[in-house]
Amino acid sequence: MADTGRDLRVEGLTKRFGDFLAVDDLTLTVPQGSFFALLGPSGCGKTTTLRMVAGLDDPTAGRVLIGDEDVTYLRPYKRPVNTVFQSYALFPHLTIFENVAFGLRRRGVKDYKQKTLDMIDLVQLGPYAARKPAQLSGGQQQRVALGRALINEPAVLLLDEPLGALDLKLRRQMQIELKRIQTEIAVTFVHVTHDQEEAMTMADTIAVMNHGVIEQMGAPGDLYENPETTFVANFLGQSNLIRVDVIDTVDQDVVVDCYGQKVGVVASRSHAGGRNAWLGVRPEKVFAEAAGADHRVGSNILTGGRVTDVSFVGVSTQYLVAMPWGQELMVFEQNTGQRPLFRNGDQLDITWSPAHAFLLDADQDARAGVMTPEDDE
Amino acid sequence: MATVATRERVSSDPGRAKPSKRPVGRWLSDHLVLLVGILVLVYIFVPIGYIFALSFNQPSGRSATAQFESFTWSNWTSICEPEGLCDSLQLSFEVSITATLLATLLGTLMAFALVRHSFRGRSTSNLVIFLPMATPEVVMGSSLLAMFVSVGLDSVLGFVTIVIAHVLFCLSFVVVTVKARLVGMDSRLEQAAMDLYANEWQTFRLVTLPLAMPGIVAAAMLSFSLSFDDFIVTNFTSGQSVTFPLYVYGSKLRDFPAQLFVVGTLMFLVSFVFVIAAELWRRRRSAIR
Amino acid sequence: MTAGSTTPPAPVGAVVDGGTARRRGWGWLLLVPGMLWLAVFFVFPTIQLFVTSLYDPSGSYEQGYAMTWHFANYLDAVKDTWNLFARSFAYAGIATVVCLLLGYPLAYAIAFKAGAWKYFMLVLVIAPFFTSFLLRTLSWRTILSDQGPVTDFFQTVGVLPDDGRLLATPVAVIAGLIYNFMPFMTLPLYASLDKVDYRLVEAAGDLYSSPFTGFRKVTFPLSLPGVVSGTLLTFIPACGDYINAELLGTPKQYMVGNRIQAAFLTEHNYPLAASLSLILMLVVVLMVVLYVRRAGTEDLI
Repeated sequence: MADTGRDLRVEGLTKRFGDFLAVDDLTLTVPQGSFFALLGPSGCGKTTTLRMVAGLDDPTAGRVLIGDEDVTYLRPYKRPVNTVFQSYALFPHLTIFENVAFGLRRRGVKDYKQKTLDMIDLVQLGPYAARKPAQLSGGQQQRVALGRALINEPAVLLLDEPLGALDLKLRRQMQIELKRIQTEIAVTFVHVTHDQEEAMTMADTIAVMNHGVIEQMGAPGDLYENPETTFVANFLGQSNLIRVDVIDTVDQDVVVDCYGQKVGVVASRSHAGGRNAWLGVRPEKVFAEAAGADHRVGSNILTGGRVTDVSFVGVSTQYLVAMPWGQELMVFEQNTGQRPLFRNGDQLDITWSPAHAFLLDADQDARAGVMTPEDDE
Repeated sequence: MATVATRERVSSDPGRAKPSKRPVGRWLSDHLVLLVGILVLVYIFVPIGYIFALSFNQPSGRSATAQFESFTWSNWTSICEPEGLCDSLQLSFEVSITATLLATLLGTLMAFALVRHSFRGRSTSNLVIFLPMATPEVVMGSSLLAMFVSVGLDSVLGFVTIVIAHVLFCLSFVVVTVKARLVGMDSRLEQAAMDLYANEWQTFRLVTLPLAMPGIVAAAMLSFSLSFDDFIVTNFTSGQSVTFPLYVYGSKLRDFPAQLFVVGTLMFLVSFVFVIAAELWRRRRSAIR
Repeated sequence: MTAGSTTPPAPVGAVVDGGTARRRGWGWLLLVPGMLWLAVFFVFPTIQLFVTSLYDPSGSYEQGYAMTWHFANYLDAVKDTWNLFARSFAYAGIATVVCLLLGYPLAYAIAFKAGAWKYFMLVLVIAPFFTSFLLRTLSWRTILSDQGPVTDFFQTVGVLPDDGRLLATPVAVIAGLIYNFMPFMTLPLYASLDKVDYRLVEAAGDLYSSPFTGFRKVTFPLSLPGVVSGTLLTFIPACGDYINAELLGTPKQYMVGNRIQAAFLTEHNYPLAASLSLILMLVVVLMVVLYVRRAGTEDLI
């Protein structure tokens, strides 16, 4: 498995549509056998990137390599890459068997029949081999699309929003199944999605894309815990971003002034250059304490909060807390039954650990990457 | 949740206890459109019924356009008896089949070019394709005749010139019909085929063509019916040749053989069976095998 | 979300996801054979028709014509036949409107109300279309004749006076046009109504639209492409038709098509026939373009 001969490498990949720069000088390496996710909102260039890797669009500039082979301008049918298309693109006039066998037959594989039946069994569609795609449910169609691509044993499997058309429960199931299949066959998966939970559940590495460039790349945990841009902080999960002034660095901590109150951030989590910065902290990392209580949980404390909204969501209780400077911060408390519950209007202080906060450059838009209702597909 | 469910059940009880009758007015307004539709269908079928009835008529005089007189099978057993009738049918079939094949081939190619390829002059091409449809047949026929005469083709007016004219007016309809089908087709299917190791030709043969087929077949059927039934353009371009519509028109001026009604009935029955069969075949193809 | 995540604001020359991806290259060659056919047998004859229309009308079929740029042909043609043009457009217009009024309920019934009988009803609309239209028109001639049942009926109920006729009247000619072009109206209407998601109609009802308002605000606008192509496919051939006027009418009901046909085939007065043809074509194309613009469905063709 340590063989790196079939890594997918993308070098300086650029795509223009007229004046619109869809993908801007993209460079990345996807190690063989890894599960890689390209995550970003609509129009960020992730699907265009995928299509250039598949050979469906020609890049304006740059190269695509698989191992040492340059496939940039190879026709789609000449490259060891297969795609699971958005909404599947199953051939409506062919049966499930014919759909799955399509690639093998084009390549003149002799025993395609047995292999096709095996693959249909693997994706658990045995009884449906003779049906047409229109006669299957969404989840079944999804599995046909997967089987139809995987049977060709590609060096890289591209998945374009493969679960987008499924309902939530089925999507969760398929996420686990996809991950299981990927681990089993050890094929490189490149997965394009706008769903951050989906990306984090499945991928080893996530590249967050925005406006044609990669904002940040890394393991899901690293991206979530230590985002480097406001876009990543907001697009992956939710963040409280507070305007602060950087005062000093003491030992391993950066000390910042937050509307008159001093709090610290671990230096390795500071990505701000100038005097001003965004102090970020995830809502579930913040604890609410009754005003004036002796604070034990975190060493960073902001006082003077007042509860303006309480939402009970089962596993947790979510508070909106108005701070003295007018901003409302989100606080998610686990329903462990061991911590006090607050009501609207209660005065409280909020605390967190310096190891859980991050500092971002003040030049960025604090609302970049925030999901608005219109984005929620 | 439990309380909500109970409340729903309670509130639905009175409705179940006393089922309300659907008022007649409501039924009428629900079915009014269907009734009107059926009346229009009846209107469409009046002459068909008339043709069907007269195909069994034994006319007393020489012309058969009058009222029903007495029943006979003889018209059905002597279709070819009136002079030239079957010759005209044969010519019509030859013309329509040739024109349909040519128009379908040329029109399908054009539709592919317009939908799948970008090039300069697309909108001009679209206009040139649309214009024949906006040209009244009498104009098209007369201009073609004028051209055939001017280039000295007036001595050979007949099969070739009729086919030329028929392809011309079928072509635009083919392009429009096939284009509609191609535009509605998801090009991702072709990309998927290419992704699965089908080269351009295989993609066309295995994916594009089968998917475009319903449109192409519809276009061919439309062409055939337009061509077979055409009188106006044919009248200008046929010279001495007589197609079936020309024969019918000519008979109107002389005696009207009752066998024409037999042919009319047969045309209806054959097309009816053909269209039904085509649909059954389509359904079987898409059913579970 | 089906449009894909990379749809650029204004793709030039390439459509990205879904829909149709157009390629540049040699694909336009596919257009060549068909375009050649249209150029040789449509564009060229039309140009020639224009030339013919300017010949000196004093020539004759036997002696030939002289090209004298005789634009007065057009004036003469219009002067002599403006009533034929008016009649043609009036008949065709009435026929188109009635076709729409009859064809719409039929198409609507097939699309939404026929249930399991949907396809059968559609066949019933298409099949008569394959039966010779001349035979059908001649049948109407007998059905509407003075001794026929329809005339009798109307005389009995008093709509027609006892010596009134149906045949050889404008009513008969227009009825013939309506009858013959009905499928051209019904089929495009059905095609676009069939694409309308019936849930939209139900949603309109849910949002307090009466059935009529729901139809006016939702169904009809969505079926507009079918209305436009149906009316065009009916109006255009109806304008140039001369069979119905000839078989169901008298010279008093003759349309411009009759005149063109006679000028060409009987009188061999080519300059007159050509100028009449061109005027008809020009007026029809102009009306069509205005209509399509007005209806806002320019991508229809």
